Amino acid sequence: MTRLIVPVNEHDHVQGDATAPATLVEYGDYECPHCGRAHPIVKRVQHRLGRSLRFVFRNFPLSEIHPHAEHAAEAAESVAAHAGSKPFWAMHDLIFEHQDELGDRELAQLAKTAGGDGKAVLADLETARFRDRVKADFMSGVRSGVNGTPTFFINGVRHDGPWDEESLVAALVLAAETAPA
Amino acid sequence: MVLAFYPADWSPVCGDQMALYNELRSEFHRFGAEVIGISVDGTWCHSAFKEARKLHLTLLSDFEPKGKVAKKYGVYRKREGTTERALFVIDGDGIIRWSYVSPVGVNPGADGILEALEQMDGPAAATQGRNP
Repeated sequence: MTRLIVPVNEHDHVQGDATAPATLVEYGDYECPHCGRAHPIVKRVQHRLGRSLRFVFRNFPLSEIHPHAEHAAEAAESVAAHAGSKPFWAMHDLIFEHQDELGDRELAQLAKTAGGDGKAVLADLETARFRDRVKADFMSGVRSGVNGTPTFFINGVRHDGPWDEESLVAALVLAAETAPA
Repeated sequence: MVLAFYPADWSPVCGDQMALYNELRSEFHRFGAEVIGISVDGTWCHSAFKEARKLHLTLLSDFEPKGKVAKKYGVYRKREGTTERALFVIDGDGIIRWSYVSPVGVNPGADGILEALEQMDGPAAATQGRNP
Protein backbone atom coordinates (compact mmCIF):
# COMPACT_ATOMS: atom_id res chain seq x y z
CA MET A 1 0.00 0.00 0.00
CA THR A 2 1.55 3.28 -1.08
CA ARG A 3 1.18 6.13 1.35
CA LEU A 4 1.48 9.88 1.32
CA ILE A 5 4.74 10.61 3.12
CA VAL A 6 4.18 14.35 3.59
CA PRO A 7 0.88 14.79 5.46
CA VAL A 8 -1.42 17.68 4.60
CA ASN A 9 0.08 20.76 6.24
CA GLU A 10 -0.18 24.54 6.48
CA HIS A 11 1.75 25.05 3.22
CA ASP A 12 -0.86 23.15 1.22
CA HIS A 13 -3.66 24.56 -0.88
CA VAL A 14 -6.76 23.24 0.83
CA GLN A 15 -10.50 23.41 0.21
CA GLY A 16 -12.73 22.21 3.03
CA ASP A 17 -12.44 21.63 6.74
CA ALA A 18 -9.49 20.05 8.49
CA THR A 19 -12.08 18.02 10.43
CA ALA A 20 -13.65 16.49 7.31
CA PRO A 21 -13.60 12.68 7.56
CA ALA A 22 -12.31 12.25 3.99
CA THR A 23 -9.29 13.97 2.43
CA LEU A 24 -8.55 13.79 -1.27
CA VAL A 25 -5.05 14.86 -2.30
CA GLU A 26 -4.38 15.31 -6.01
CA TYR A 27 -0.91 15.52 -7.52
CA GLY A 28 -1.53 17.23 -10.82
CA ASP A 29 0.07 18.86 -13.83
CA TYR A 30 -1.72 21.95 -15.18
CA GLU A 31 -0.96 21.07 -18.79
CA CYS A 32 -1.77 17.37 -18.56
CA PRO A 33 -4.92 16.49 -20.51
CA HIS A 34 -5.87 13.76 -18.02
CA CYS A 35 -5.72 16.29 -15.18
CA GLY A 36 -7.84 18.58 -17.33
CA ARG A 37 -10.42 15.80 -17.55
CA ALA A 38 -10.18 15.12 -13.82
CA HIS A 39 -10.78 18.76 -12.91
CA PRO A 40 -14.57 18.94 -13.44
CA ILE A 41 -14.88 15.44 -11.94
CA VAL A 42 -13.20 16.61 -8.73
CA LYS A 43 -15.55 19.62 -8.68
CA ARG A 44 -18.60 17.39 -8.88
CA VAL A 45 -17.21 15.05 -6.23
CA GLN A 46 -16.62 18.05 -3.94
CA HIS A 47 -20.15 19.23 -4.54
CA ARG A 48 -21.63 15.81 -3.76
CA LEU A 49 -19.64 15.18 -0.61
CA GLY A 50 -19.93 18.71 0.72
CA ARG A 51 -18.54 19.20 4.21
CA SER A 52 -17.36 15.65 4.57
CA LEU A 53 -14.57 16.23 2.03
CA ARG A 54 -11.32 18.16 2.21
CA PHE A 55 -9.48 18.61 -1.11
CA VAL A 56 -5.78 19.36 -1.51
CA PHE A 57 -3.89 20.11 -4.72
CA ARG A 58 -0.13 19.60 -5.06
CA ASN A 59 2.01 20.34 -8.09
CA PHE A 60 3.48 17.57 -10.19
CA PRO A 61 4.53 19.20 -13.46
CA LEU A 62 6.06 16.85 -16.03
CA SER A 63 7.82 19.67 -17.78
CA GLU A 64 9.65 17.62 -20.39
CA ILE A 65 6.40 16.59 -22.03
CA HIS A 66 4.39 19.65 -20.95
CA PRO A 67 6.50 22.76 -21.59
CA HIS A 68 4.08 25.17 -19.86
CA ALA A 69 3.32 23.04 -16.82
CA GLU A 70 6.12 24.35 -14.62
CA HIS A 71 5.31 28.02 -15.23
CA ALA A 72 1.59 27.39 -14.79
CA ALA A 73 2.33 25.86 -11.38
CA GLU A 74 4.66 28.71 -10.42
CA ALA A 75 2.07 31.26 -11.58
CA ALA A 76 -0.62 29.67 -9.41
CA GLU A 77 1.77 29.74 -6.44
CA SER A 78 2.49 33.38 -7.15
CA VAL A 79 -1.22 34.20 -7.07
CA ALA A 80 -1.55 32.35 -3.76
CA ALA A 81 1.39 34.22 -2.23
CA HIS A 82 0.27 37.67 -3.36
CA ALA A 83 -3.50 37.38 -3.21
CA GLY A 84 -4.38 34.43 -0.98
CA SER A 85 -6.36 31.26 -1.11
CA LYS A 86 -9.52 32.35 -2.92
CA PRO A 87 -7.73 33.84 -5.95
CA PHE A 88 -5.43 30.79 -5.96
CA TRP A 89 -8.37 28.45 -6.44
CA ALA A 90 -9.87 30.76 -9.07
CA MET A 91 -6.50 30.66 -10.87
CA HIS A 92 -6.38 26.87 -10.50
CA ASP A 93 -9.79 26.59 -12.18
CA LEU A 94 -8.93 29.08 -14.93
CA ILE A 95 -5.71 27.29 -15.82
CA PHE A 96 -7.51 23.97 -16.22
CA GLU A 97 -10.18 25.69 -18.30
CA HIS A 98 -7.52 27.20 -20.61
CA GLN A 99 -5.02 24.37 -20.96
CA ASP A 100 -4.19 25.33 -24.54
CA GLU A 101 -3.25 28.91 -23.69
CA LEU A 102 -0.63 28.75 -20.98
CA GLY A 103 2.14 31.04 -22.19
CA ASP A 104 3.53 33.48 -19.60
CA ARG A 105 1.41 36.38 -20.86
CA GLU A 106 -1.73 34.29 -20.82
CA LEU A 107 -0.91 33.13 -17.30
CA ALA A 108 -0.54 36.75 -16.18
CA GLN A 109 -3.90 37.54 -17.76
CA LEU A 110 -5.54 34.56 -16.04
CA ALA A 111 -4.02 35.71 -12.74
CA LYS A 112 -5.62 39.12 -13.20
CA THR A 113 -8.99 37.54 -13.97
CA ALA A 114 -8.60 35.38 -10.87
CA GLY A 115 -8.17 38.43 -8.70
CA GLY A 116 -4.39 38.24 -8.51
CA ASP A 117 -1.58 40.46 -9.73
CA GLY A 118 -0.54 39.76 -13.33
CA LYS A 119 2.63 41.84 -13.12
CA ALA A 120 3.75 40.06 -9.97
CA VAL A 121 3.20 36.73 -11.73
CA LEU A 122 5.46 37.77 -14.62
CA ALA A 123 8.13 39.02 -12.20
CA ASP A 124 7.94 35.83 -10.14
CA LEU A 125 8.21 33.67 -13.26
CA GLU A 126 11.21 35.69 -14.36
CA THR A 127 13.03 35.15 -11.05
CA ALA A 128 11.73 31.57 -10.63
CA ARG A 129 10.62 32.61 -7.17
CA PHE A 130 8.36 29.60 -6.67
CA ARG A 131 10.45 26.98 -8.44
CA ASP A 132 11.65 25.45 -5.15
CA ARG A 133 8.13 25.36 -3.81
CA VAL A 134 6.88 23.50 -6.90
CA LYS A 135 9.88 21.18 -6.77
CA ALA A 136 9.17 20.39 -3.11
CA ASP A 137 5.62 19.35 -4.07
CA PHE A 138 7.01 17.28 -6.93
CA MET A 139 9.57 15.46 -4.79
CA SER A 140 7.05 14.79 -2.03
CA GLY A 141 4.96 13.15 -4.74
CA VAL A 142 7.83 11.09 -6.09
CA ARG A 143 8.64 9.88 -2.57
CA SER A 144 5.00 8.95 -2.02
CA GLY A 145 4.84 6.84 -5.16
CA VAL A 146 3.19 9.30 -7.53
CA ASN A 147 3.73 7.64 -10.88
CA GLY A 148 1.91 9.84 -13.34
CA THR A 149 -0.74 12.52 -13.36
CA PRO A 150 -3.23 12.79 -11.91
CA THR A 151 -2.41 10.66 -8.87
CA PHE A 152 -4.89 10.74 -6.01
CA PHE A 153 -4.47 9.87 -2.34
CA ILE A 154 -7.50 9.19 -0.19
CA ASN A 155 -6.90 9.61 3.53
CA GLY A 156 -3.20 9.20 2.86
CA VAL A 157 -3.35 6.05 0.73
CA ARG A 158 -2.70 6.08 -3.01
CA HIS A 159 -5.90 5.49 -4.94
CA ASP A 160 -4.97 3.02 -7.68
CA GLY A 161 -8.51 2.49 -8.91
CA PRO A 162 -10.37 4.47 -11.58
CA TRP A 163 -11.09 8.14 -10.91
CA ASP A 164 -14.41 8.68 -12.62
CA GLU A 165 -16.97 10.48 -10.49
CA GLU A 166 -18.75 7.40 -9.14
CA SER A 167 -15.54 5.55 -8.30
CA LEU A 168 -14.09 8.52 -6.45
CA VAL A 169 -17.30 9.15 -4.52
CA ALA A 170 -17.53 5.48 -3.54
CA ALA A 171 -13.88 5.36 -2.41
CA LEU A 172 -14.21 8.60 -0.45
CA VAL A 173 -17.46 7.57 1.25
CA LEU A 174 -15.85 4.30 2.29
CA ALA A 175 -12.78 6.14 3.58
CA ALA A 176 -14.97 8.59 5.52
CA GLU A 177 -16.93 5.74 7.12
CA THR A 178 -13.81 3.92 8.23
CA ALA A 179 -11.88 7.03 9.31
CA PRO A 180 -11.13 7.25 13.02
CA ALA A 181 -13.42 9.84 14.62
CA MET B 1 22.70 2.02 -12.97
CA VAL B 2 18.99 1.49 -12.87
CA LEU B 3 17.73 -1.00 -15.43
CA ALA B 4 14.00 -0.58 -16.00
CA PHE B 5 12.28 -3.33 -17.98
CA TYR B 6 8.92 -2.29 -19.37
CA PRO B 7 6.50 -4.13 -21.64
CA ALA B 8 6.23 -1.80 -24.64
CA ASP B 9 7.01 1.69 -25.89
CA TRP B 10 3.57 3.08 -26.58
CA SER B 11 1.31 1.63 -23.91
CA PRO B 12 0.04 4.47 -21.70
CA VAL B 13 1.42 3.24 -18.39
CA CYS B 14 4.96 2.85 -19.70
CA GLY B 15 4.83 6.29 -21.24
CA ASP B 16 4.13 7.75 -17.81
CA GLN B 17 6.81 5.62 -16.23
CA MET B 18 9.55 6.70 -18.65
CA ALA B 19 8.29 10.29 -18.51
CA LEU B 20 8.72 10.24 -14.74
CA TYR B 21 12.27 8.85 -14.91
CA ASN B 22 13.00 11.43 -17.59
CA GLU B 23 11.97 14.23 -15.21
CA LEU B 24 14.03 12.72 -12.42
CA ARG B 25 17.31 12.45 -14.35
CA SER B 26 19.03 15.10 -12.23
CA GLU B 27 17.80 13.40 -9.06
CA PHE B 28 19.30 10.08 -10.18
CA HIS B 29 22.51 11.83 -11.24
CA ARG B 30 23.01 13.03 -7.66
CA PHE B 31 23.58 9.39 -6.81
CA GLY B 32 25.75 8.86 -9.86
CA ALA B 33 23.00 6.72 -11.32
CA GLU B 34 21.68 6.55 -14.85
CA VAL B 35 18.29 5.06 -15.70
CA ILE B 36 18.22 2.81 -18.73
CA GLY B 37 14.93 1.60 -20.13
CA ILE B 38 14.73 -1.74 -21.88
CA SER B 39 11.92 -3.43 -23.79
CA VAL B 40 11.51 -5.87 -26.66
CA ASP B 41 10.71 -3.03 -29.07
CA GLY B 42 13.06 -2.45 -32.01
CA THR B 43 15.47 0.48 -32.17
CA TRP B 44 13.40 2.47 -34.71
CA CYS B 45 10.40 2.14 -32.47
CA HIS B 46 12.48 3.41 -29.55
CA SER B 47 13.71 6.38 -31.62
CA ALA B 48 10.16 7.41 -32.53
CA PHE B 49 9.01 6.95 -28.94
CA LYS B 50 11.90 9.00 -27.56
CA GLU B 51 11.29 11.79 -30.01
CA ALA B 52 7.55 11.93 -29.43
CA ARG B 53 7.87 11.94 -25.63
CA LYS B 54 11.03 14.06 -25.50
CA LEU B 55 12.86 11.38 -23.53
CA HIS B 56 16.55 11.90 -22.81
CA LEU B 57 17.00 8.38 -21.50
CA THR B 58 18.90 5.53 -23.09
CA LEU B 59 16.45 2.88 -24.28
CA LEU B 60 17.84 -0.55 -25.03
CA SER B 61 16.27 -2.93 -27.48
CA ASP B 62 15.97 -6.54 -26.33
CA PHE B 63 14.72 -7.43 -29.78
CA GLU B 64 17.06 -9.99 -31.35
CA PRO B 65 17.18 -12.63 -30.05
CA LYS B 66 13.97 -11.45 -28.54
CA GLY B 67 13.91 -11.12 -24.76
CA LYS B 68 17.37 -12.61 -24.28
CA VAL B 69 18.35 -10.06 -21.63
CA ALA B 70 14.95 -10.23 -19.93
CA LYS B 71 15.22 -14.02 -19.68
CA LYS B 72 18.62 -13.67 -17.99
CA TYR B 73 17.01 -11.42 -15.40
CA GLY B 74 14.04 -13.77 -15.06
CA VAL B 75 11.48 -11.18 -16.14
CA TYR B 76 10.34 -12.39 -19.58
CA ARG B 77 6.61 -13.03 -20.04
CA LYS B 78 6.48 -15.84 -22.53
CA ARG B 79 2.75 -15.75 -23.17
CA GLU B 80 2.63 -12.06 -24.06
CA GLY B 81 6.07 -11.99 -25.64
CA THR B 82 7.00 -8.94 -23.57
CA THR B 83 8.71 -8.35 -20.24
CA GLU B 84 7.59 -7.73 -16.72
CA ARG B 85 7.61 -4.20 -15.40
CA ALA B 86 10.79 -4.79 -13.40
CA LEU B 87 13.41 -2.54 -11.83
CA PHE B 88 17.01 -3.44 -11.01
CA VAL B 89 19.48 -1.18 -9.24
CA ILE B 90 22.96 -2.37 -10.18
CA ASP B 91 26.15 -1.06 -8.57
CA GLY B 92 29.50 -0.26 -10.17
CA ASP B 93 30.67 -3.84 -9.68
CA GLY B 94 27.70 -5.23 -11.56
CA ILE B 95 25.97 -6.49 -8.43
CA ILE B 96 22.17 -6.19 -8.23
CA ARG B 97 21.53 -4.25 -5.03
CA TRP B 98 17.76 -3.91 -5.27
CA SER B 99 15.03 -5.20 -7.53
CA TYR B 100 11.29 -4.96 -7.80
CA VAL B 101 8.69 -6.50 -10.08
CA SER B 102 5.52 -4.43 -10.31
CA PRO B 103 2.11 -5.77 -11.31
CA VAL B 104 2.27 -5.30 -15.07
CA GLY B 105 -0.57 -2.75 -15.17
CA VAL B 106 0.85 -0.61 -12.36
CA ASN B 107 3.53 1.99 -12.92
CA PRO B 108 6.04 1.36 -10.10
CA GLY B 109 7.02 5.01 -9.76
CA ALA B 110 10.43 6.07 -8.47
CA ASP B 111 10.19 6.01 -4.68
CA GLY B 112 11.66 2.50 -4.39
CA ILE B 113 14.58 3.33 -6.69
CA LEU B 114 15.47 6.49 -4.79
CA GLU B 115 15.34 4.68 -1.45
CA ALA B 116 17.62 1.94 -2.79
CA LEU B 117 20.10 4.49 -4.15
CA GLU B 118 20.13 6.32 -0.82
CA GLN B 119 20.85 3.16 1.09
CA MET B 120 23.71 2.27 -1.25
CA ASP B 121 25.33 5.66 -0.99
CA GLY B 122 25.04 6.01 2.75
CA PRO B 123 23.46 8.89 4.62
CA ALA B 124 26.02 11.59 3.73
CA ALA B 125 25.49 11.36 0.01
CA ALA B 126 21.79 10.80 0.41
CA THR B 127 21.08 14.08 2.17
CA GLN B 128 23.31 16.19 -0.04
CA GLY B 129 21.35 18.70 -2.02
CA ARG B 130 18.00 17.54 -0.78
CA ASN B 131 15.22 20.10 -0.70
CA PRO B 132 14.97 21.98 2.58
